[in-house]
Amino acid sequence: MVGIITYGAYIPRFRIKIEEIARVWGANAAEITGGLGVLEKAVPDYDENTATFSVEAARSALCRRPVDVADIKAVYVGSESHPYAVKPTAVTVGEAIGATPVMTAADYEFACKAGTAAIQTAMGLVSSGMMKYAVAIGADTAQGAPGDALEYTAAAGGAAYVIGNDDPIAVINETCSFTSDTPDFWRREGEDYPRHGGRFSGDPGYFKHTLGAAKLMMELRGTKPSDYTHAVFHQPNAKFPQKAAQMLGFTKEQIKAGLLAPTLGNTYSGAVPLGLAAVLDVAKPGDRIFVTSYGSGAGSDAFDITVTDAILTKIDRSRGATVEQMLATKKYLDYAVYARHKGKIRM
Amino acid sequence: MTVARFWREIPQRYNLVGTKCEVCGDVFFPPRAICPHCRRDGKIVPCQCSGKGKVLTYSVLSAASDQFSALKPYVLAIIELEEGTRVTSHLICEPEEVHIGMPVKSVFRVLDREGSDGIIHYGTKFVPDL
Ligand SMILES: [Zn+2]
Repeated sequence: MVGIITYGAYIPRFRIKIEEIARVWGANAAEITGGLGVLEKAVPDYDENTATFSVEAARSALCRRPVDVADIKAVYVGSESHPYAVKPTAVTVGEAIGATPVMTAADYEFACKAGTAAIQTAMGLVSSGMMKYAVAIGADTAQGAPGDALEYTAAAGGAAYVIGNDDPIAVINETCSFTSDTPDFWRREGEDYPRHGGRFSGDPGYFKHTLGAAKLMMELRGTKPSDYTHAVFHQPNAKFPQKAAQMLGFTKEQIKAGLLAPTLGNTYSGAVPLGLAAVLDVAKPGDRIFVTSYGSGAGSDAFDITVTDAILTKIDRSRGATVEQMLATKKYLDYAVYARHKGKIRM
Repeated sequence: MTVARFWREIPQRYNLVGTKCEVCGDVFFPPRAICPHCRRDGKIVPCQCSGKGKVLTYSVLSAASDQFSALKPYVLAIIELEEGTRVTSHLICEPEEVHIGMPVKSVFRVLDREGSDGIIHYGTKFVPDL
């Protein structure tokens, strides 16, 4: 059965509090943190980007479970902040984990769901017998223009998954998607920051597609929310996933382990992969995990996952930093230093 | 640095791939083609270092060339890898955190960006191994 062989996550150590950003822009901090449910967000170091997050996450995955890297025949990195416009991030990852040169590689883009699209591709390649292992990564250093609403949540981090057939720690029972042409969020070539349709991005974007994919999955599997131990939804803020969960009938307890936005922010393509990693950090054999990503533009990918006994016997989770450990290791920045970190002040 | 030189050095920069003399056991990083002790009798093979080591000595730099000015103040350290060889590297930590003998581990970072339209050099730096 196709599934997750191992996984790894990466969150940079710097944080900025949302109230500090609000202070600079003269906004009402309590109103903003209350509206978004986000208190602070992760910020990259000067010398970090999507490629370095991807490499660190992939190496953590390989530390947790020894995998013959010669059997990794594909690396896909999903992000909307690939460091180059032309030159793949995935080759840097392939080289840094020693999987080159006998492998294929490509970068994916689909707003915040490029990482789950990479997982689906990896599943296809492995299930068809074309290869033993494929690596799928979702990572971002999310961009938000100074003073724009996105700046309060745009965060940094990512997670990597080795997908394969032999002794997965979690079987992916099914995946399905719900996609349409919806202009809720975009960035034109050559522009530094994305634009968005404001309130429009909620209903016809996030909720329509998230609910569409989630309901389709439960129809396909003949399941209901109470059949799942954990549920992970895309989290552009902390409110949207909680509302989507409630509309579908999931409880607060079910989404707790995978809801990272309050202290992480929105890591775009990294968000669902990191949420799932946080769930796998605490998962037990037999746990069933419901996952639905969302990418503006727009589409959602849903996954139905069952954790196996291999999570106790085939992988040493303590050999890689857990999401909880990385969230707890933090250093706060003020806005001026944060702006330097993000390159908003060009020097 | 030329694009060609950067490309040639990718194995050592990304993965700390040095060389080892199988006769005397010495590890060399950056890689050497000839063992200085065994000379012609040495047998040189590639060797990937684990990335674990400790701080032998360091200095805190508060003045830096343009390309590193965003990083200052920063710690430059000579690190003894557990394989016995030494590397000079940027150590990512607060200047007041570092001390001689501190255990460190390697991480993957951007070493340099050639302006806004040139290539990005990736490679190995070190962080405290907590
Ligand atoms: Zn020798």
